[in-house]
Amino acid sequence: MIRRVVVFVDERTGTAPFLKKALRYVFPDHWSFLLGEVALYAFVVLVATGIYLTFFFVPSTETVTYHGSYAPLQGVEMTKAYESVVHLSLEVKAGLLIRQTHHWAANVFIAAIVLHLLRIFFTGAYRKPRDLTYYVGLVMLFTALLEGYLGYSLVDDLLSGMGLAIGYSVALSIPFFGANLANLIWNGVYPGAEDFWSRMYIAHVLLLPVLIGLLIGIHLFLVASRHHTQFPGPKKTERKVVGTPTYPGQTPKSLGLLFGTTSLLFFLGGLVQINPVWLWGPYETYLSTNGAQPDWYLGWLIGGLRLMPNWEPSAFGYTFVPNPFWGGAAFPLVVFAVLLLWPTAERRITGDRGFHNLLDRPRDAPWRTAFGAGFFTWVFLVFVAGSADRIDVFFGLSYVDQIHAYWVVIWVLPLVVFAVALRVCRTLQRKELIEADQRRAQMEARAANRS
Amino acid sequence: MSRLRDWLVAAAVLLLGRGRPKRRETRLVAAGPENPGSELVAVALFLAAALCAAAFPVLYALDRLPRQTQLLGVAIGLAFAFLAAAMIVLAKRVVPDEELDENYSLPSVPKQEELVGIVEESTDRITRKRLLGLAAGAAGAAVGVALVTPAVSLGPVFDTSGFYETPWRRGRRLVDEQGRPLLADDIEEATFYTAFPEGADKESIAAPLVVVRLDPATIALPAGRESWAPDGIVAYSKICTHAGCAVSLYRSPLFEPVEPAPALVCPCHYSTFNPATGGTVEFGPAGRPLPQLPLVVAAGGELQSGGNFSQAPGPSWWGVRMRRPT
Repeated sequence: MIRRVVVFVDERTGTAPFLKKALRYVFPDHWSFLLGEVALYAFVVLVATGIYLTFFFVPSTETVTYHGSYAPLQGVEMTKAYESVVHLSLEVKAGLLIRQTHHWAANVFIAAIVLHLLRIFFTGAYRKPRDLTYYVGLVMLFTALLEGYLGYSLVDDLLSGMGLAIGYSVALSIPFFGANLANLIWNGVYPGAEDFWSRMYIAHVLLLPVLIGLLIGIHLFLVASRHHTQFPGPKKTERKVVGTPTYPGQTPKSLGLLFGTTSLLFFLGGLVQINPVWLWGPYETYLSTNGAQPDWYLGWLIGGLRLMPNWEPSAFGYTFVPNPFWGGAAFPLVVFAVLLLWPTAERRITGDRGFHNLLDRPRDAPWRTAFGAGFFTWVFLVFVAGSADRIDVFFGLSYVDQIHAYWVVIWVLPLVVFAVALRVCRTLQRKELIEADQRRAQMEARAANRS
Repeated sequence: MSRLRDWLVAAAVLLLGRGRPKRRETRLVAAGPENPGSELVAVALFLAAALCAAAFPVLYALDRLPRQTQLLGVAIGLAFAFLAAAMIVLAKRVVPDEELDENYSLPSVPKQEELVGIVEESTDRITRKRLLGLAAGAAGAAVGVALVTPAVSLGPVFDTSGFYETPWRRGRRLVDEQGRPLLADDIEEATFYTAFPEGADKESIAAPLVVVRLDPATIALPAGRESWAPDGIVAYSKICTHAGCAVSLYRSPLFEPVEPAPALVCPCHYSTFNPATGGTVEFGPAGRPLPQLPLVVAAGGELQSGGNFSQAPGPSWWGVRMRRPT
């Protein structure tokens, strides 16, 4: 049977040599190499559940009166978009399960990408010949953030409307042409024309997913063509990669991870409530609610927007930089720019332009580790500042005092973390040198004793 | 009889053995561990997965099942969990544990040179290379511009006058969400009211107002707005000047030890505006005061607009300070 299939395929495609190579492609083994795979599988779940959702969702802002099964909304005027999501959640069998699984998958997708990025950064896996792979990954992260934001904006509940108003204000705040750009996207002044919803919808269900799919393809092609990196070890050198083959060794492992990720997402989707949109009610421009929090992956932006002092430079009637630009656009641009420029900067600073197939442990590159630790601490603190209002509610710490404290902390703490990380790396390095010396001395002593 | 049996055996061997591979001289894949026990564990896990997956359609078919979402999630979640477990057992116990090595691919310099040669030699007899390049570039750029031109129809990209337009005119009545006129006498202190221009689109961000009554003694509006707060009633655009959310928190009544004065607060980024001083920013990221609307108490006590906003309402853009709203 197997022979018959192989012969059939090879006679018609001539792919036997390629397939043989693919089956015996070598995967180095380390748990942290699986983070990117988790992201890939979350994307698979996102696409599958997302297709199901499109069969029910109506991307229209036409007004209807609610007459569904949820009593508190009875007789309330709302858009068809919102009504269709409430209907899907409360009346369609398995609808809520699939919707919540989709939402959780988005959160896990981006979490896995970010953890994968941290792994790549701190092990120096982005160095030549894999810098291109790293850039593609960063573009994917940006696209995924936008895709997630559009996903929960489409629902048109009160929270999603508030998120859209903020997104609109950030677009509007772009110096010089922000108003023109916002006019183009929204087809007029906020809340814009009805066709804005068609645009968001097609971007969320077709344009961005296809873009992410293409980028995943390029990313995986680049990974496979240059092979995986590996930590140094016996036989593991810059020239030779050591590990398990795709088949049989790696296949059950990867399938296990796929099934495990899917299992986790369905458990979350079934058991842990996420975004109960029927509770929020429909959005109107003149309504808002306190205590609104976006999905976790936009927390850094809300933190940036909230932390920014009310500086809005203007003169001669021109408002050069409307305030939301700082936290909502400049901050993420700086973060992405630093990540994009880092491989080049490191090459320039260290003068190391060589090929690197072996990974560094964080301690092996103290300056990189220290810089990364400080930089990500900075981003993380802004992220944490985004929930200062929740801290106020739960722990009674004054919001105003917290903001003032963050103005200092977000600049000081990264420097402290930088210094500590540098110190720790160097100590660990020195310890290893001493231990190696001791081992050598012991061996020499033993050899001397024997002779 | 025994002959017949021999024939039957021979036929069976021929039939079943047909197409069996000849034994290879050397193995291609390392011999796996012999682990029949683990194989049985994997079988059990697959069956458990099948059982849980089979429960899914059953749970689905049950009408009016309490906690259906949770049960469905657990059923399908368990099915995948058992599948994952089966795969892990296969990976760890059943599949051959091989360690292969492979050379990292190195760039081939001769191939690179060939590629460069092909590209360079293909055009090396062209004499007007730069001119050709410029012409092709011009054509490409023009075609590109032509192809993106239809995108201009997406929205009024060059016309930003809409940002200055508001539905507020002198004499326009303030109404509540149901369209009932707001009466000055009904406006109480220590609470806030949302108001709209009578007959206008409530969804426009230039429409909604937040109206509060203050102690007239505490009001200190900017010069020129002395008459904007009849009987201590002030009205501001309800749309935050920072990021466009509705300003829907009112800090009043006060908790004296920490709150010096009533304030309008946006729940998105906590921009805090003082209604007594013309909507000036007390705290938070907003870069402009809330635009104020002059009020008039008409005969009969109805609240009316006394004109337009002090500045264009809504979040800031490049030209927000350029013109008064119309």
